[in-house]
Amino acid sequence: MNGVNEKTNRIGWWFIGLSIVGFAAFMIYPIVSSVKLVFSSLSGDSSTFVGFGNFVRLFHDTTFWSSLGNSFLFLIVEVPIMLLFAIILAVVLNSKTLKLRGFWRLLIFLPCVTSLVSYSILFKMLFSADGLINKFLENIHLISAPIPWLTDPTMAKIVIILALLWRWTGYNMIFFLAGLQNVSDEIYEAAEIDGASKIQQFMHITLPALRPIILFTAVQSTISTLQLFDEPMNITNGGPNNSSTTIAMYIYNVSFKYVPNFGYAAAMSYVVMFIILVLSVIQMKVANKDD
Amino acid sequence: MTNRKVNSVLKYIFILICAFISVFPFIWMLIECTNSSADILAGKMSIGNQFMVNWHNAFSQTNLIGDFWNSLKIATGVTVLSIIVASLAAYGFQIYRSRGKNWVYSIFIASMMIPFSVLMIPLYRMVSKLGLINTAWAVILPSITSVFLVFFFHQSLETFPIDTIESARIDGAREFRIFWSIVLPQLRSTFAAAAIYSFMGAWNNYMWPLIVLQSDDQKTLPLLISGLSANTNFSIDYGVIMILIIISTIPIFLIFLFLQKYFVQGMTGANKG
Repeated sequence: MNGVNEKTNRIGWWFIGLSIVGFAAFMIYPIVSSVKLVFSSLSGDSSTFVGFGNFVRLFHDTTFWSSLGNSFLFLIVEVPIMLLFAIILAVVLNSKTLKLRGFWRLLIFLPCVTSLVSYSILFKMLFSADGLINKFLENIHLISAPIPWLTDPTMAKIVIILALLWRWTGYNMIFFLAGLQNVSDEIYEAAEIDGASKIQQFMHITLPALRPIILFTAVQSTISTLQLFDEPMNITNGGPNNSSTTIAMYIYNVSFKYVPNFGYAAAMSYVVMFIILVLSVIQMKVANKDD
Repeated sequence: MTNRKVNSVLKYIFILICAFISVFPFIWMLIECTNSSADILAGKMSIGNQFMVNWHNAFSQTNLIGDFWNSLKIATGVTVLSIIVASLAAYGFQIYRSRGKNWVYSIFIASMMIPFSVLMIPLYRMVSKLGLINTAWAVILPSITSVFLVFFFHQSLETFPIDTIESARIDGAREFRIFWSIVLPQLRSTFAAAAIYSFMGAWNNYMWPLIVLQSDDQKTLPLLISGLSANTNFSIDYGVIMILIIISTIPIFLIFLFLQKYFVQGMTGANKG
């Protein structure tokens, strides 16, 4: 297709024009101006050049490291569990012998219709000290005193992870379910005849077939988990004592909640961008290794 | 044989538990919107008679109608504009391939890895310089060019029969006319999926509106709900919050219920590659 003539080539640019204007204004321009921000100390309208000062400061900022640590914890614990569950659910929902498949699929996808703020508030209420979860656990005599879900540093993180699993597993399941439509039944029938067990079929047919989608969902989840904001903001508000503050929340706080320091916040956002780039490249490398 | 039966029973138990966990918060929400705030806190799990009181309070104590309208205005604006821009762009990239365009497309795709926090501060300064703080445009404008939507349309155009376009050209149709009356109608399910995706994202958007919509009369539903439940000055009316959450969920629920078929189709198309 290299040989489009000049006239059709020109018409093509007309189609793309609008998007380039928007992209230049709301993506390129902000990125270019953020480069200047990173090297300056800016609050209000006064800006002073500080060189790498923002990055030096970052090294000694314990809240920065703990927030980054929290984001990584959510990434490392939640994403693998979620993707595994999503794959298993997709396989079960794809099985020909399951009755009412459409019905189950609708129920599993249902959490995705809630807004991030709404479901976060629901989880905050369910897991409050006198909330329904504690009441239930007490009634079945599993615990004798209420668990301080939202006021204990570890428990607060667990609640956020449970909430994320509830909201996003069904969403990822849809991608896997779509991917499974491309795997023909004959492969499984042949494997069955050869005496392969269900687990073997899953490991040697299903997982390899889903590899591009596992890569896609893993990259997407990594990018979005490192930007996690809505849930911790509304479930725990980062508490207790910043123990569930994510890096996105900390950047927001430094920009808009505390005494604003745009330059410092921009420097932190560059660290996040660098991490996302590195992780995405690693994930793509790992995924393409055995090809 | 018995092994197979055990397998099947396990499968149903698994799916039943997962479905119950998925649905439970919805059932809980529907039950509690009929109870008073005190009953909700006490963990009452039966239908009460406070629904009308909660409903009335939701409308009289909060700016529900105004905020619903703000949300609707923003979500509709973003959906319509971003779909027009993205479908045109994807068509341009896919059908009129050239080295320059492939290069621009690669830059678009690479930008998906840039976290929003990098853009947030420059965007905020730009929007405030333009005097758009506390207006719907502050939220709509930055969302118009959605790189993900361009990618989404680009993928579904990959399998579009070029012959149809070429024979229309031979018949003398103008390029834009071809896009409008030949390509567009055939991509109906892609457009539906993109519309759902775009509307959901804009309807539920929280962080950016939180930054640029500061006055009470400009707030969207997520800002209203979040603000009410974070309130520490006076006691929170959980009955009202339940009503608000239900009202904010209904539009997305209905859209999904009616367009579900297209959504799954569109997703599948986007993945086939």
